[in-house]
Amino acid sequence: MRAYIEGIGLLGPGLSGWQAGRAVLAGAEPYRPARTVIPPSELLPPAERRRAGIPVRLALAVGREAFAAAGRDPALTPTVFTSSSSDGEILHEICETLATAEREVSPTKFMNSVHNAAAGYWSIATRSREPSTSLCCFDASFAAGLLECAAQVAVERRPVALVSYDEPYPEPLHAARPIAGEFGVALIMIPAETPRSVAAIDLELGSAVALETRLADPGLEAAGQGNPAARSLPLLAALARGSAGEIVLKYVAGTHLRARVTPWR
Amino acid sequence: MQPLLVTHFSIVNCLGAGTAAVLDALRANRSGLTPCEFETAAIDTWVGSVPGLEAFAVRRGLEDYDCRTNRIAQMALEADGFSDAVAAASRRYGADRIGVFIGTSTAGILEAELAYRRRAPGSGSLPGGFRYHATVNAYSLGDFIGRYLGLTGPSFVVSSACSSTAKVFGNAARMIAAGACDAAVVGGADSLCLTTLYGFRSLELTSRRPCRPFDRERDGISLGEGAGFALLEKPRAGASADAPMLLGVGESSDAYHMSAPHPQGAGAKLAMQRALASARLGAADIDYINLHGTATPTNDAAEDAAVVELFGRKTPASSTKGATGHLCGAAGITEAVISMLAVRHGLLPGSAHTRSVDPALKSNYVLETREARVRRVLTNSFGFGGSNCSLVIGDARLH
Repeated sequence: MRAYIEGIGLLGPGLSGWQAGRAVLAGAEPYRPARTVIPPSELLPPAERRRAGIPVRLALAVGREAFAAAGRDPALTPTVFTSSSSDGEILHEICETLATAEREVSPTKFMNSVHNAAAGYWSIATRSREPSTSLCCFDASFAAGLLECAAQVAVERRPVALVSYDEPYPEPLHAARPIAGEFGVALIMIPAETPRSVAAIDLELGSAVALETRLADPGLEAAGQGNPAARSLPLLAALARGSAGEIVLKYVAGTHLRARVTPWR
Repeated sequence: MQPLLVTHFSIVNCLGAGTAAVLDALRANRSGLTPCEFETAAIDTWVGSVPGLEAFAVRRGLEDYDCRTNRIAQMALEADGFSDAVAAASRRYGADRIGVFIGTSTAGILEAELAYRRRAPGSGSLPGGFRYHATVNAYSLGDFIGRYLGLTGPSFVVSSACSSTAKVFGNAARMIAAGACDAAVVGGADSLCLTTLYGFRSLELTSRRPCRPFDRERDGISLGEGAGFALLEKPRAGASADAPMLLGVGESSDAYHMSAPHPQGAGAKLAMQRALASARLGAADIDYINLHGTATPTNDAAEDAAVVELFGRKTPASSTKGATGHLCGAAGITEAVISMLAVRHGLLPGSAHTRSVDPALKSNYVLETREARVRRVLTNSFGFGGSNCSLVIGDARLH
């Protein structure tokens, strides 16, 4: 399956946007871990802005950066959202409420507890009625999203946006499912090269034993292993380097996803 | 899209385990809804619960995955000879060439709800034995099903609220078309839990009586639980002659509100139009519409407006949620299987509990189950976040 990358959005610990982050990922600048800074979403109407949680703002911010780079209209572009846990704060709050005698669940919290909340807010914010799917594949959520997005691009022959995001759970869930600092990535994937496309990606599913691609910088490697969405970092580093290369992402049931990256300009 | 054969399918819900039990209930227009006695829920509402779960055990070796949703899923994998059919397909295609695309809205969230009642005093930590990965994460259901069936093809969970298990048909069709797999298991499960019971009540969407889709007195939903699966394959020689066929998938987003539908059903209409276009069919080719029909005043009105605009007032339509309840993440596969039964057995399912159709709604609403030639069905599933999906299912012999 081949797709071209036309726009990238990135937010993570010490990675404030693709433009700022690519020099770090290319190894030209040192990686300095720092809290993820998520800007308030200007895309949302005020009522929705108040209701939207951190993961929604994270997804919208990286989606917006990627679309701006691609120069495309999000209202005309289908989306694939993928996340291991979506809004962990809400799961915690609802479970806490249900453990009380009154069980007064907040209607807004319940509404936002669905795994596809980010997709819902994105569609409201961008006025997009295009198809959208919301996936989960535990630690392989980014790989699953990449595969689904590439399949859509290959079959439908149209641009599709991938948005992958994850945030840490509060305690006590954090102990059961540790996830490191907020991380979001968005890729605009298209079926044929354009003046704005930066690379081609050829994806292949494999079941033979293959070693997951690691990052040279130990700080980045730790960030990548700590958050399901940050498992995209080896692919992003390959895109940042701008040189041809092959990376291997762990998938499910002992399989992996092999991505051959060919820079386009 | 390239039509796909549904060579095997299975279903479990409050009407029974297996297609025969569900078909009997549909023929008799019987409902499986009962007053809610689920767990410690103190809510005046009716639910469609699956009996026998307390004594049901997940297969040995998969004990970590034990939770209500995975139990229901295993029940459906064992119904209708489904897992045997998958084993045969696995020998034919190879275990790595069969995809597993599963939908759910809550997976085993009940396990987290129960664990939060048993937090350690002081530290607040969760009790030992809490298995997040195997029960609470949305992918736990897909992981469980993949392991149960021994499949290693591409896999993920779609969780887009109440459209989840309709949308997986689209994921599977794309993956097969892209060559990532040759066949796919689709479907999913959802079980009753306190999050949805108290959550829907907080939005004032649960009825105090059995839900009455399209009724003039409809006042909310009845929650249900269940599971269903379908094995999708490219048309091939030797497949059963009466296998139903997936002809089209249409997906859209409302871009309107997180929990309320667009008043004129604009997103719903777009999903139905796209499903027809994907099947290369027109509205006149559809003999029956299985509505999403949740029985809230606004949902049914919006869907009715969209259906009438696209199909006019003649196409028979009904919601089967008065019989099954609203299975949330499992509603799509449940109603897809009911649509397959409608095609295979030539019946228009009635609408249990609906007495008097709202005169403001203009669809040709079917109250009593009756026999009819059903060549093709369109089935709707709409969810929170404005996530819409319509499927077209038909008689393979005509395509």
